[in-house]
Amino acid sequence: MSIDLEKAAKVAKLARIKVEPDALPALAQEFNNILGFIEQLNEVDVEGIEPMTSVTPMRLKRREDVVSDGDQQAKVLANAPDAREGFFAVPKVVE
Amino acid sequence: MTELNTLTLAEARDKLRSGDVTSVELTESCLKQVEGADALGAFVHKTPDLALKQASAADARIRAGDAPAMCGLPLGIKDLFCTKGVPSQAASRILQGFRPEYESTVTQKLFDAGAVMLGKLNMDEFAMGSSNETSCYGNAVNPWRRAGDSTQLTPGGSSGGSAAAVAADLCLAATGTDTGGSIRQPAAFTGIVGIKPTYGRCSRWGIVAFASSLDQAGPMTKTVRDAAIMLGAMAGHDPKDSTSADLPVPDFEAMLSGDIRGKVIGIPAEYRMDGMPAEIEKLWADGTAMLKDAGAEIRDITLPHTKYALPAYYVIAPAEASSNLARYDGVRYGHRASLGKGDGITEMYEKTRAEGFGHEVQRRVMVGTYVLSAGFYDAYYNRARRVRALIKRDFDQVFAAGVDAILTPATPSAAFGLGEMAEADPVQMYLNDVFTVTVNLAGLPGISVPTGTDASGLPLGLQLIGRPWEEADLLNTAYALEQAAGFVAKPQKWW
Repeated sequence: MSIDLEKAAKVAKLARIKVEPDALPALAQEFNNILGFIEQLNEVDVEGIEPMTSVTPMRLKRREDVVSDGDQQAKVLANAPDAREGFFAVPKVVE
Repeated sequence: MTELNTLTLAEARDKLRSGDVTSVELTESCLKQVEGADALGAFVHKTPDLALKQASAADARIRAGDAPAMCGLPLGIKDLFCTKGVPSQAASRILQGFRPEYESTVTQKLFDAGAVMLGKLNMDEFAMGSSNETSCYGNAVNPWRRAGDSTQLTPGGSSGGSAAAVAADLCLAATGTDTGGSIRQPAAFTGIVGIKPTYGRCSRWGIVAFASSLDQAGPMTKTVRDAAIMLGAMAGHDPKDSTSADLPVPDFEAMLSGDIRGKVIGIPAEYRMDGMPAEIEKLWADGTAMLKDAGAEIRDITLPHTKYALPAYYVIAPAEASSNLARYDGVRYGHRASLGKGDGITEMYEKTRAEGFGHEVQRRVMVGTYVLSAGFYDAYYNRARRVRALIKRDFDQVFAAGVDAILTPATPSAAFGLGEMAEADPVQMYLNDVFTVTVNLAGLPGISVPTGTDASGLPLGLQLIGRPWEEADLLNTAYALEQAAGFVAKPQKWW
């Protein structure tokens, strides 16, 4: 599997990271090196092996479905780069 | 009189309890060292006022006869831990200015036990790195140097600031986190002890997430006894982390007898890598002999899927990172890029993340995005998770056959020079974790113990890997190894 410039640009887009066009060839090359390393996994016979979902076998705990937290608007917004009138502010999302 | 900052946790605790010193004196001694050690790049946010306030409170508790294990002991805290009101930015530009409104469970537990925080410690950005060179604060520097050579060396990573601070006696101990070796490799590079406990032993709540199925917090200390004391204070069930184990935390220190007679120590054939330096071979053989002399039975074992641990890790960890780091979007906290005319929300995300994330983090987020993307999920991510199951099965089989602990080198070399790997392929840097990453994939406890030096006088460490939840037994074996090795060297102060 090899990653060309178009695919590298698509990955950057999916990851929401702006990559300048002149940086794409180096990026694609790095991806290919790393994926080349990962390709070793194809040597392993994984027939009949379930993908690991939990590293230690444990049942996830359940709790009462009740409100246990909240009403902390000021704290939630305290670190926002732009907060107005009790909301996070962002650039225009819809035209 | 011994300088107070050079004490171990156990020594300082005993002096506090007997009234020989106060926490304020201990804390002032450490703060003075921290002030003079900027060349190490270890402390990146100093909190002297908070430290002295905590120290006074600890002294009052001790006077009142309420002195839990960590009471009054000055620590450094890795920047990955959210600490209330104190900058916590995972060494990333994208969390510039972030001051959490809450406290991580692990630091809260330490503070409840009376510990004092001197400040936040340098690390690789989002804990992604093995040399502390990806930090937005600049490099942390190893207090150790090669004999007769002033080349600046890496303290390892990602917990490089923690390792440098403890090795240089800036603090009595520090917190670290370990996703692929980030406690054990820097501990080995700086001649200190570092334990990554069983996955689930310490709560991950409030620790900036890198790869959630691999991340664990642990102590970085001057001795095995200190590791036992501090792990006891950090560990325990937390309802806020659904993967934290609801199991009692044993008194780890009380289990340190040094008696390992009859214990079975496995020596895995697959860890004898091609091209392994003779010094590492010898260190490993010497450590094996020490455990044998202490009465342990040495057994050759095989962990056949070891070779595939690093490639599996470099699928799973970036995949989880790409998901965890999606939250850094310039909306709720940290950095937001300044926008051009007409830029919408997508441009805001893309510019913010391009400016805020360093190169290695960007690379891993994008690799993770790729291996999770439609059409590749099965080929990469699911295959890696199946290989991970096989890696864990290797360990399960060995433990089921009666092996109590496994002895391996901690790192493939001693500390290397800062900048030395700059031109290397990223995969070369990843090889630093070759002996440690299997342990994260299998969720096991692992500890790095300094046992020798290389020809240029740099410390080298061995790793012991234990059964899940048996940190007490693992620490005891590490204690026996530490006693036998008698490693007491300290770096010469140059900073």
